[in-house]
Amino acid sequence: MNQIEPPVIEYAQVAPLLVVFGAAVLGVVVEAFAPRYLRKAIHMPLTLLSLAGAFVLTVWQATQSPHNAAAMGAIAVDGPTLFVWGTILVLAVVSVLLISDEDHFVGQASALPGSAEEEESITARAAHTEVYPLVLFAVGGMLLFPASNDLLIMFVALEVMSLPLYLLCGLARRRRLLSQEAAMKYFLLGAFSSAFFLFGTALLYGVAGTVEFRGIAEALTRVGGMDTLLLAGTATLGVGLLFKIGAAPFQAWKPDVYQGAPTPVTALMASGTLVAAFGGLLRVFWVALGGLEWDWKPVLWGVAILTMLVGAILAITQTDIKRMLAYSSIAHAGFLLVGVVAVGDAEQNREALTGLLFYLVAYGIATVGAFAVVTLVRDAGGEANHLSRWAGLGKRAPLLAGVFALFLLAFAGIPLTSGFLGKYAIFAAAGGADAWPLVIVAVIASAVAAFFYVRVIVLMFFSDPAADGPTIAVPTVSTSIVVALAAAATVVLGVIPEPVLNLASIAAESLFVR
Amino acid sequence: MQPAEIITETGGVIGASWLMIALPAVGAAILLLFGRLTDRWGHLLGTAMSLASFAVAVLAFVELLGFDEAERRRQVMLYDFLPAGSFHVEMGLLIDPLSISFALLITGVGSLIHIYSIGYMAHDEKRRKFFAYLNLFVAAMLVLVLADNYLGLYIGWEGVGLASYLLIGFWQHKPSAATAAKKAFVVNRVGDFGLALGIFTIFTTFGTVAYKDVLANAGAAEQVTLTVIGLLLLLGACGKSAQLPLQSWLLDAMEGPTPVSALIHAATMVTAGVYLITRSGAIYEGAPTAQLVVTIVGAATLIAGAIIGCAKDDIKKALAGSTMSQIGYMVLAAGLGPIGYAFAIAHLIAHGFFKAAMFLGAGSVMHAMNDEVDMRRYGGLRTVMPITFATFGLGYLAIIGIPPLSGWFTKDSIIEAAMHVSPVLGWVAVIGAGITGFYMSRVMFMTFFGEKRWASDAHPHESPKVMTWPLILLSVGSVLGGGLLIAGGTFAEFLRPAVGAPEEPLAFHPVSVPGIVTIVLVLAGAAYAWTKYAKSPVPEVAPRGSFLTTFARRDLYGDALNESLFMRPGQWLTRLAVFFDNRGVDGIVNGLAAAIGGTSGRLRRIQTGFVRSYALSVFLGAAAVVGALLAVGSF
Repeated sequence: MNQIEPPVIEYAQVAPLLVVFGAAVLGVVVEAFAPRYLRKAIHMPLTLLSLAGAFVLTVWQATQSPHNAAAMGAIAVDGPTLFVWGTILVLAVVSVLLISDEDHFVGQASALPGSAEEEESITARAAHTEVYPLVLFAVGGMLLFPASNDLLIMFVALEVMSLPLYLLCGLARRRRLLSQEAAMKYFLLGAFSSAFFLFGTALLYGVAGTVEFRGIAEALTRVGGMDTLLLAGTATLGVGLLFKIGAAPFQAWKPDVYQGAPTPVTALMASGTLVAAFGGLLRVFWVALGGLEWDWKPVLWGVAILTMLVGAILAITQTDIKRMLAYSSIAHAGFLLVGVVAVGDAEQNREALTGLLFYLVAYGIATVGAFAVVTLVRDAGGEANHLSRWAGLGKRAPLLAGVFALFLLAFAGIPLTSGFLGKYAIFAAAGGADAWPLVIVAVIASAVAAFFYVRVIVLMFFSDPAADGPTIAVPTVSTSIVVALAAAATVVLGVIPEPVLNLASIAAESLFVR
Repeated sequence: MQPAEIITETGGVIGASWLMIALPAVGAAILLLFGRLTDRWGHLLGTAMSLASFAVAVLAFVELLGFDEAERRRQVMLYDFLPAGSFHVEMGLLIDPLSISFALLITGVGSLIHIYSIGYMAHDEKRRKFFAYLNLFVAAMLVLVLADNYLGLYIGWEGVGLASYLLIGFWQHKPSAATAAKKAFVVNRVGDFGLALGIFTIFTTFGTVAYKDVLANAGAAEQVTLTVIGLLLLLGACGKSAQLPLQSWLLDAMEGPTPVSALIHAATMVTAGVYLITRSGAIYEGAPTAQLVVTIVGAATLIAGAIIGCAKDDIKKALAGSTMSQIGYMVLAAGLGPIGYAFAIAHLIAHGFFKAAMFLGAGSVMHAMNDEVDMRRYGGLRTVMPITFATFGLGYLAIIGIPPLSGWFTKDSIIEAAMHVSPVLGWVAVIGAGITGFYMSRVMFMTFFGEKRWASDAHPHESPKVMTWPLILLSVGSVLGGGLLIAGGTFAEFLRPAVGAPEEPLAFHPVSVPGIVTIVLVLAGAAYAWTKYAKSPVPEVAPRGSFLTTFARRDLYGDALNESLFMRPGQWLTRLAVFFDNRGVDGIVNGLAAAIGGTSGRLRRIQTGFVRSYALSVFLGAAAVVGALLAVGSF
């Protein structure tokens, strides 16, 4: 009988992952044994401390060198991974602060909307504290996804990241039908896209005889770019990944899900998931399929152009603030794709990667901030999401409207906000890779996008407030922290981008390990 | 002669020239952040900040004069803006004769406008916010002209765009103001798009965006590249400076409070394009085609603006048409190369004075006439408002080019230079001057001469001192400015280190054939205006007029053109988007709303239907991606 070799695992390198997953498992135990009234009091410090601890461990790892592939080559802990981990952990802490605010989640998810049970759960002030371990599992998945160095680990990470999010989407306290519909759609379409991902994995395994990125990259040198199986595998794998970032034509789920999900969860998805998905996408296309560059580049060009245009043009006609932000997120995914196709020699790749990493930080933070503001503008039925309700907000709550305007300007890429430098870095990198048509489309799309961002600013400041306009909820401490942090970061990254750009360029220095 | 080398400077007033930008920026920040707390003294703080910035500019100017001519281009490093990798940008300021001239104009005229606004906006409850925006505008404009690289220029460029947007839409309760602000924004996006692409092209060609390196190496680049860069930058300049074909926003922008029109649309912002072209002189000199296009745009706009000015009954819009036309002169001169740079900037400064005097004069008239802007309801105001009349009159004489007022010097210099390069351009400029004589006289006579055609409730009176003093100072500038700059070639000599100079500088001839023809045409235009608008009665409702009049009233159908070229396709696109949105996306929301009130069965049907269609779209998309990749792979 063959002896099974026990795998060698570098525990120190994957420690951030272990901390987050460990805390998640502990959270489940807490759900099972702690009395109801104590649960939130235990979950909050547990969640925040574990995320903070994982962040500290990530920073510590970053000071250690050299970086390599851990756990028998399955998990790549390299510069980009550490940078993405740090970003995701910061975004997760901020999102958890939003989540901890009262009132976003339903008392009893199983109760039918409008039924007596729901009534009862509201009177009993019940709350689903399972939210916290679910978030931790999702964050753990997000950390594993961009670090995975073979397709099977990546698939597991994809599911660990997505399953808790499907559940979280359906837990909105108000407009529950919309929320449940969003969860259902996200689940069905997510499963559909996972199938594509697996199909691609199978085809690539058929070509390369391995699921490891390094092995696939090696196999590419043998088979060349004409192999039908290889091309079909690349395409279907790509579809699974492009679905996650919401690139057109796989963007249909995004507006519905962003709109239906509880806003703090939307904030987590729009920032953390996007960062993780881009990390994974980059690793697959640059490392595993790097040798196939000339084949996938034209297709990603098309996808990037379509995504930017669909996002920017459809956003113009949106009347719901969350849907508008969803389309804006689609457009930004398109801008990021411009950076993904800006590959060339190692120097060029470093430049593109630096730009992408900076853009992800800038966009992620502004997004969380924008959704945090959305949670504060409310009327009788919960958040006032219809744009017409936002008219004249600048007169009722100048500070809040001003901060929101700042985030919108950052999305639009106006100078002296973080968004400008992100766009500049990516477009310059694409220009360096001679992707001029792409840069021109991107600049046009930015101009179109600027129009709808500014339209909201005009609406807030230059329109008369509605007589029965929404009330502005008094922000809790945690929400105030989130808004203030995000606003400060957006300005600082715009004016003094040096420290973060430096970090990004150090992270990009080693590129991805192979 | 080539421009001088740029020297790095750390000490002195020039080393601290960032204060010029910081002071008004801090003013704007305080006024916006502390809100109502500053209501009582906010306007004073704003004005003080602008004056302090002017003081720094003057000191820096004096210090600059103390250096030898070859050392008058001083670069002040501030900090590393983008340190990483190959897109390395250091942020700094470039203090040289060109930028300091602009800084003096911006802060000097800007301060006068601040003072004037204290009186003009006295009854406006949002006066504090107005001053905050004015401060913001001054700061952004200074970033634009003082930055030592194209990225800094772009930042300032966007900043003034934002500030002008806020200021044009300041009286947002008027729907026309909100629309005008939106239009200015959209048209400027087209220009900014050109500028952004131009800067990207500069970056890929030269590997840097700093003036120091780009302009010194411009000669080494290929002519095609330089032409592309030149045309892209010109597109940006057209947007900001309201040149054909992006002129349409300027007339509508007159919806803003009058000091804004004076500050933005006369003295400063619209001149940004001229600055850009002059600053990029080295690029244009390597690209004759781009230079030719610049002169054609300038010449065409100077005629178009003049024609529009002839037909407007709204005093501010008539002045706006004239602004377009005068900027046309400057762009024309800037396109002529080293021979024209000094004249372009001299005319720009002179224009800053006389046009600001006239805009503020128009504001003073409006202030007296209950915000009436229709010149057909003015008439005979010279006796009621003597100071406004006198100052406006001096500005008027200056703009039509009566010797020895400033416009005569600067405009005639441009005409001379254009004649020197191409007689066609020269004669176009002469004809433009003749039309200027007519339409400016028309404004003058309809407002201050002839019979009183006032509305029944108008009780005109002279404006308070805080408004008349800036007028007086500006009119002094419009009388003397041109002579001081042009006579003896002082200004050309001063600018020489920054923009270079032609082999044989053009001396100013007080008597020349084009000069005499110009004066004759101007006087003829003025005389015709006298018989038509001062001697004979002016109807209170505009007569229908000939085809030509309608043509001019409609802004030469610029809006119609824009509508069919940009707006219609845009609307179709939007409609298309709405259609898809209704069918595909909104359907769920609407369907859901209906379903909540309706049956759950219907809800289920709608839901499954749409997820299926989403899945179908994913599937078709996947098929497309697979197909595309296979197609690419098999080539």
